[in-house]
Amino acid sequence: MTAAMTAPGFPLGPISAVSGRAIVIAGDDIDTDRIIPARFLKCVTFDGLGEKVFSDDRAELSGEHPFDRAELQGASVLVVNRNFGCGSSREHAPQALMRWGIRAVVGESFAEIFYGNCLALGIPCFTASHANVLSLQEELTAYPNQDLSLSLATATLKASRGQVWQLELQAGPRLMLESGQWDATSQLLAQDAELARTAASLPYINGF
Amino acid sequence: MSAGTLYDKVWDLHRVAQLPGGSTQLFIGLHLIHEVTSPQAFAALKDLGLPVRLPERTVATVDHIVPTTSQARPFADPLAEEMLATLERNCSDYGILLHGLGSGRQGIVHVIAPELGLTQPGMTIACGDSHTSTHGAFGAIAFGIGTSQVRDVLASQSLSMGKLKVRRIWVEGQLQTGVYAKDLVLHIIRVLGVKGGVGYAYEFAGPAIDALAMEERMTLCNMAIEGGARCGYVNPDAVTFAYLQGRPYVPISEAWERAVAWWRGLASGADAVFDDEVSFDAAAIAPTVTWGITPGQGIGVDEMVPTLEQTDPDERPLAQEAYRYMDLQPGTPIAGLAVDVCFIGSCTNGRLSDLQAAAAVAKGRHVAPGIKAFVVPGSEQVAAAAAAEGLDQLFKNAGFEWREPGCSMCLAMNPDRLEGRQISASSSNRNFKGRQGSASGRTLLMSPAMVAAAAIAGKVCDVRHMINTTP
Repeated sequence: MTAAMTAPGFPLGPISAVSGRAIVIAGDDIDTDRIIPARFLKCVTFDGLGEKVFSDDRAELSGEHPFDRAELQGASVLVVNRNFGCGSSREHAPQALMRWGIRAVVGESFAEIFYGNCLALGIPCFTASHANVLSLQEELTAYPNQDLSLSLATATLKASRGQVWQLELQAGPRLMLESGQWDATSQLLAQDAELARTAASLPYINGF
Repeated sequence: MSAGTLYDKVWDLHRVAQLPGGSTQLFIGLHLIHEVTSPQAFAALKDLGLPVRLPERTVATVDHIVPTTSQARPFADPLAEEMLATLERNCSDYGILLHGLGSGRQGIVHVIAPELGLTQPGMTIACGDSHTSTHGAFGAIAFGIGTSQVRDVLASQSLSMGKLKVRRIWVEGQLQTGVYAKDLVLHIIRVLGVKGGVGYAYEFAGPAIDALAMEERMTLCNMAIEGGARCGYVNPDAVTFAYLQGRPYVPISEAWERAVAWWRGLASGADAVFDDEVSFDAAAIAPTVTWGITPGQGIGVDEMVPTLEQTDPDERPLAQEAYRYMDLQPGTPIAGLAVDVCFIGSCTNGRLSDLQAAAAVAKGRHVAPGIKAFVVPGSEQVAAAAAAEGLDQLFKNAGFEWREPGCSMCLAMNPDRLEGRQISASSSNRNFKGRQGSASGRTLLMSPAMVAAAAIAGKVCDVRHMINTTP
């Protein structure tokens, strides 16, 4: 049991594994406007965003969207394709996913700001080859009730029917998640003398 | 690995430390905030009991949620009012300068920072908005961040970052009359793709870039993020310095001379090494219009919506989704497609020269019957400068609405939005599904002059035909 899975709490402390069922969202270039449409950004807290995740896509599919299907309620892993999370920098997108219950994302590739936003929330974004993601998506679509276990140390995903997929997780983010230092604030505050030195060396800080 | 580029130099100058996870702590020279992505960051700061490390390096404005019809307080929308009130309270509590409504300096964050001279070459600039890449036009390294990172910059004036690779995008030749930076960047994204820039900073260089005015360079860098590149930049040159001189936050007299000398030295050297290089011919680019649901789905106005056979196999599922959502048939011309709404504005194209280009088309003509057309200046300063030239009256005479500054219909966080399946001709930056406020609304991205032409004709048309003829 990892801190990440202490439902209904949000990720906290060292994260070494994520387990649970998975939701498949197929398609490339799924942008943050689709993950959380802009009208839901009119808020001063992130509370309540979970139920709005993929709101317009879900309305269009009237109950048949993966986030609405009964057997997928409580899922904690999201499996996507290429360039997931492109577009706006809104952290509301990973916040909405996290508040719905997502604790890890597996995909072919991620937009950078989205990836960093996920890391800042303690959500690992694993990558895998096109072929691996497709086979994973096929397996999960055929057998959606499987429990998955994702290991950060080995970057592997095991499904309860027995199949194992090799994924990739960047070394830096993996270290940060495993050590519980994925929330950067305390690290950034630790080098204040160096920060002051850097600032003092910049001409524009000192009126040239 | 890149070396000797502006990106490398600015990165090295702002490095504070190597962090345990392997990333770099980077000092942030200018932090811009607005009402949408900052409230939760301030709340987190309060929870942690932390002060703002360098409040004088953060500047605020309000743009996303402001109505563009009446900006009287309180706003009609209580949620919008709460967001602005929260920003005002946070800025007051932490001693942060806020360029608020009616200050004469309010506007879209990526419009006001350059026009005030806050944005300068060689800076690192962060803002909780992906279009922060705009500021790279000055030779700054500028990128969008999420709210947790806004909290980090407030707390520490720094960020945990990984270094990007650098791709030089060399543009030869000269843009044709009626072809603008917007067309150039839509064309670049069409060719390199919306994920082509992931992992890269884009350096835009070459004769066509040298010839761009500062506002055009801002349009270009603004949309680097739409090509997947977290930042884009242009090396600072005489055009940059001429734009900056005399602006409120720019040094004067001897300090100005020292600043220019420092800025000049930051440009990528002749011996700079890039991770990748590509080139384009500016003269071959036509006015470009998007037909689909990503900014990469663009074509010349004289082209047909691409067929599946003409589409890269990897991109075919997205093309099929786009045909369906946009209700367009492959192989049919984009010119002649009827539009409902025409929007001129946004951080991409809401500056004075954008309004001038649109006005040159609108002058002596009139918006077609049944078309809703409106112009939203990017800032209070842009609005005043445009009014001083009589552009407000020119647009009104031509049947356009003239609005108050804000983000407006770029992203539908305010009353300006599409309804139902309306199609907009829009000078903004994103044509994602639902982006302009209706879950089935459709967006065609194009230059402000092309939007004006569409408003006059009531359909997509080639602005070059209108520029070359008198009304």
